[in-house]
Amino acid sequence: MTADESARGNTSNQGSEAHHREHRGEESVSVPSVVKRSPASSERVPTMKAGRFEIRWGRVAVYVVLVAAALFYLLPVYLLLITGMKSFQEVSLARMWELPSGLHFDSFAKAWLGREAEGIRGLSENIMNSFYLAIPATLISALMGSLNGYVLTKWKFRGANALFTLMLFGMFIPYQSILIPLVQTLQRMQLYGSIPGLIFVHVVYGLPITTLIFRNYYAGIPSELVEAAKIDGAGLLGIYRHILFPISMPGFVVVMIWQFQSIWNDFLFGVIVTSRPAVQPVTVALNNMAGSYIVEWNVQMAGSLLAALPTLLVFIFLGQYFMRGLLAGSLKG
Amino acid sequence: MRQVTRDRLLSLLLISPSVIAIAVFVYGFIGFTAFSSLTKWDSLLPDFTFVGLRNYAKLFTVDRFLCDLRNTVTFTVLFLAGCLLVGLLLAILLDQRIKGEGVFRSVYLFPMAISFIVTGVVWRWLLNPGTLQTGSSGINLLLERAGLGFLRWGWFTDPTIWHIAPESAVGAFLVRIGLGGLASPYVGVSLGMISVVIAAIWQLSGYTMALYLAGLRAIPDELREAARVDGASELQLYRHIILPLLQPVTLSAVIILGHMSLKIFDLVVSMTGPGPAFSTDVPAFFMFDTTFRGSNYAQGAAIATLLLLLVAVLVVPYLLYTVRTEAEL
Repeated sequence: MTADESARGNTSNQGSEAHHREHRGEESVSVPSVVKRSPASSERVPTMKAGRFEIRWGRVAVYVVLVAAALFYLLPVYLLLITGMKSFQEVSLARMWELPSGLHFDSFAKAWLGREAEGIRGLSENIMNSFYLAIPATLISALMGSLNGYVLTKWKFRGANALFTLMLFGMFIPYQSILIPLVQTLQRMQLYGSIPGLIFVHVVYGLPITTLIFRNYYAGIPSELVEAAKIDGAGLLGIYRHILFPISMPGFVVVMIWQFQSIWNDFLFGVIVTSRPAVQPVTVALNNMAGSYIVEWNVQMAGSLLAALPTLLVFIFLGQYFMRGLLAGSLKG
Repeated sequence: MRQVTRDRLLSLLLISPSVIAIAVFVYGFIGFTAFSSLTKWDSLLPDFTFVGLRNYAKLFTVDRFLCDLRNTVTFTVLFLAGCLLVGLLLAILLDQRIKGEGVFRSVYLFPMAISFIVTGVVWRWLLNPGTLQTGSSGINLLLERAGLGFLRWGWFTDPTIWHIAPESAVGAFLVRIGLGGLASPYVGVSLGMISVVIAAIWQLSGYTMALYLAGLRAIPDELREAARVDGASELQLYRHIILPLLQPVTLSAVIILGHMSLKIFDLVVSMTGPGPAFSTDVPAFFMFDTTFRGSNYAQGAAIATLLLLLVAVLVVPYLLYTVRTEAEL
């Protein structure tokens, strides 16, 4: 599986989809289609030499391991939910694993609004900051990535591949190695300490991944389409607007989900670029909240859930596109 | 013809903002950082007096940095091994025509959508060992209730470093053959780091599973069939046919996870901080403290440059290889 295939989408898997259902029943939960089995494998019959009884025990063991693993992944979610739902009187170390006596949303209210009297800042403002920051940065970097991908595949020039490789490296660098000049440059550009400054930073350092995904996406679109349009007299921008852009939606969805979640989850740029609490993104605010000894655990858990909710919802409803972004991010899988 | 040349120019114009941005903000900035690391700039006021490699030499005498290097090695090795093993195991099991495969897959993968900060806050609560006054808490409490109380321990609060003691027989032998440097707490395993590793595996093993599962699904079934016809057992099939075919996936996973583990920062900040005697500190955190809290810019730049070199050694050959094989296709 190359990044091309994963970013291009599930065209090759469509045929197998119908085939699957009859064998496995309907799968309602987000199924990343890139990891669907090829059709032939459904016909596979286990040819084990041992008797039926033993085969069943093997199956049981497989399910036991899978369920145990699922419990491991869900354990923190359980704790997050029950702790967040507890009333302030119920929170004690000895009873931390026990279910709450009822549904109490006081912790969520406190995590969202804060409490001035106790010196606790709520996360509401910071969650909104994260939206104000992530949405424009996602849109701008997706659009730029799309244009870059278009030029790098359909208007190839000498050295285009080398240039692309140089761009890609920007995706892997530890950002520590650019932070010092970044802060100074932002100060000089009057962008330091502001949300526009963070948007700018996320757009710039998002360019490698958005360009990568779109380049691979457009590489799968036949060049004849573009050549034919050129002969018909269409120009660079016309071809993009009338031919490529209309069929780019799957690429945009993958890129935008990827960018949204990585910008939403970013901490390093947030903590470096913004020092005033009023402009900080939610990750920075949550870290401050969790680092303060005056904030109760149930408020911290409620706050964590609030901070995680937007990207979790994206994962739940758009899981398959999320998955494609992940695989594309790995270049080759 | 004129149209084509005009469009050619326009196409270059279209990508030039991105190219300039990357040139300045990635390569220019890296150059500036590398340059700063060779200067005397140790306060808020820039001082570009050239001092050569002095900042680097100094780093290797700083206790915190040596601890960080040890912790990075501990973290990288355990985190990679954990993710690869868990990911491969889950992928192979999920590939056995499992009912509800989609549900399992989503459960294993969802932590990937969450930020390291949330992961750190929640796992700090889970692995909080409790105190004598409060009694056990978190996982320790679960272990106690399950009758496994002997497994309780201090998790990330445990400052123990496993290493060869210079007084021990092995240590004395190492000293005698001139390798006494190995019998030091800087060459060891920080037990506190294991907690951070667990949280990181929780977050990223599902991703590794997804990579392996995609790799498994890309193996043509004729190959499996042919092996079975030839009388290979399931175990032999996996050992001699499937696992070798998954090697490229392992390589990608090692590169992706490896570069993440070298850069790890958020998780440590939100979960443990530097820990007792820097038992859970990492270079990225040290760089942050040195530069933005201590204003020792040159020293911070030196740490950053070393981090970048480490990542580059891992990533550059892979990038070149990937782009080259792609060009051949």
